[in-house]
Amino acid sequence: MQITVTVNGVTYTHDVEPRLLLVHYLRDVLNLTGTHIGCDTSQCGACTVLLNGKAVKSCTIFAVQADGAEITTIEGLARDGQLHPVQEGFWEKHGLQCGYCTPGMIMTAVDFLQRNPNPTEEEIRHAIEGNLCRCTGYQNIVRAIQYAAEKMRSGS
Amino acid sequence: MYPSTFTYYRAGSVQEALKLLVENPDAKLLAGGHSLIPAMKLRLASPSALIDISRVPELAGIRDAGDRIVIGATTRYDDIQRSELVRQVLPILPEAIDVIGDLQVRNMGTIGGSLAHADPAADLPAVVLALGAELKAVGPDGERTIPADQFFVDLFTTALQPNEILTEISFPKPPARTGISYQKFANPASGYAVVGAAAVVTLGEDGKVAAVRVGVTGAGPYAVRRQSVEQALVGQEPTAAAIEAASQLASEGMTFNSDIFASDEYRAHLTRVFVKRALTRAVERARG
Repeated sequence: MQITVTVNGVTYTHDVEPRLLLVHYLRDVLNLTGTHIGCDTSQCGACTVLLNGKAVKSCTIFAVQADGAEITTIEGLARDGQLHPVQEGFWEKHGLQCGYCTPGMIMTAVDFLQRNPNPTEEEIRHAIEGNLCRCTGYQNIVRAIQYAAEKMRSGS
Repeated sequence: MYPSTFTYYRAGSVQEALKLLVENPDAKLLAGGHSLIPAMKLRLASPSALIDISRVPELAGIRDAGDRIVIGATTRYDDIQRSELVRQVLPILPEAIDVIGDLQVRNMGTIGGSLAHADPAADLPAVVLALGAELKAVGPDGERTIPADQFFVDLFTTALQPNEILTEISFPKPPARTGISYQKFANPASGYAVVGAAAVVTLGEDGKVAAVRVGVTGAGPYAVRRQSVEQALVGQEPTAAAIEAASQLASEGMTFNSDIFASDEYRAHLTRVFVKRALTRAVERARG
């Protein structure tokens, strides 16, 4: 089936098999390998991307379902060489060790901060329940998101 | 993981979806896909065709229908959580939905998909039972309304016929002095309900229980109402002692699931405890 999607501002049209998962489309067809496959069972959130602005697990969506959609992956967050505030937060607060969960963690945080610009620590922890990190204990991830929230509120 | 091959159809209307369902008896309806796709990836389900109903306009949306709130079957959890109308009139829905899955799952999952899938550990079945919702289904022979009490019939099995489509869920607006609560004991790994209890309590002007409905999920093969608890409370002053006594009846006459995480005996205990918590919170809220 033919699909047309806009990924990080670029429009693509491809003929895909209906069972092709969105994450495989992004990684194997578009070569956007920043989106990771972790558990492949909808648990870990490593494959999180923005589908029409909302964080979704791309291992649990067929590419055909995304036909006509706008998708943002980790590769599309930085603007003109400037990291997105959430990316910057993970850098500044050392919100990662191995980095495997990081792209998904960041995409979830971007969606979350759009809807809750001034979250409590508890709200941040609830928001990232669908993203598993096996290195950090989440402490610095929470700090990274707090850093981003503050930076985005101050508009800089 | 790849699922088996299937033919993908995208329905533009309910009528088109019904026609496709008749032509493809082995097909599954695809809405949010967050139960179906994981099952297909594990090859627990291998339908020959998927009929995507997520873009059928008349199946999504939330509307005020006078004394009822009507939610289209493919309305996503996130849209229900964001609805000001639902927050005002049925705050239990966003509260219960907030403990379903995670943020990403709530962005995709749909209310009708969850109910039609009838996972024994899903949260919403208890809530629709307690609220006395009605579920509307359309089939080749027309439309019918199924009361929530008759909707869940067994493990992953509902009153829906294979050629029917769940179109909307209609909730009566709770009367004044009504308190509602959903209390859940979540599996620490999956987040699914080991036991979840929903209670809707309406107090009379005298402060006694005028009406009460209790729904339980997770405990057994399918979600059930607990009429014995309800009967024990109606007409009573909802004291802690009265709630405690009624909650003791919550596990009577039920079949309990048993698995590596919770034995049937433990689930029976949790059922009594969580029914009590839901009733207690609902009464507090009813008193304002």
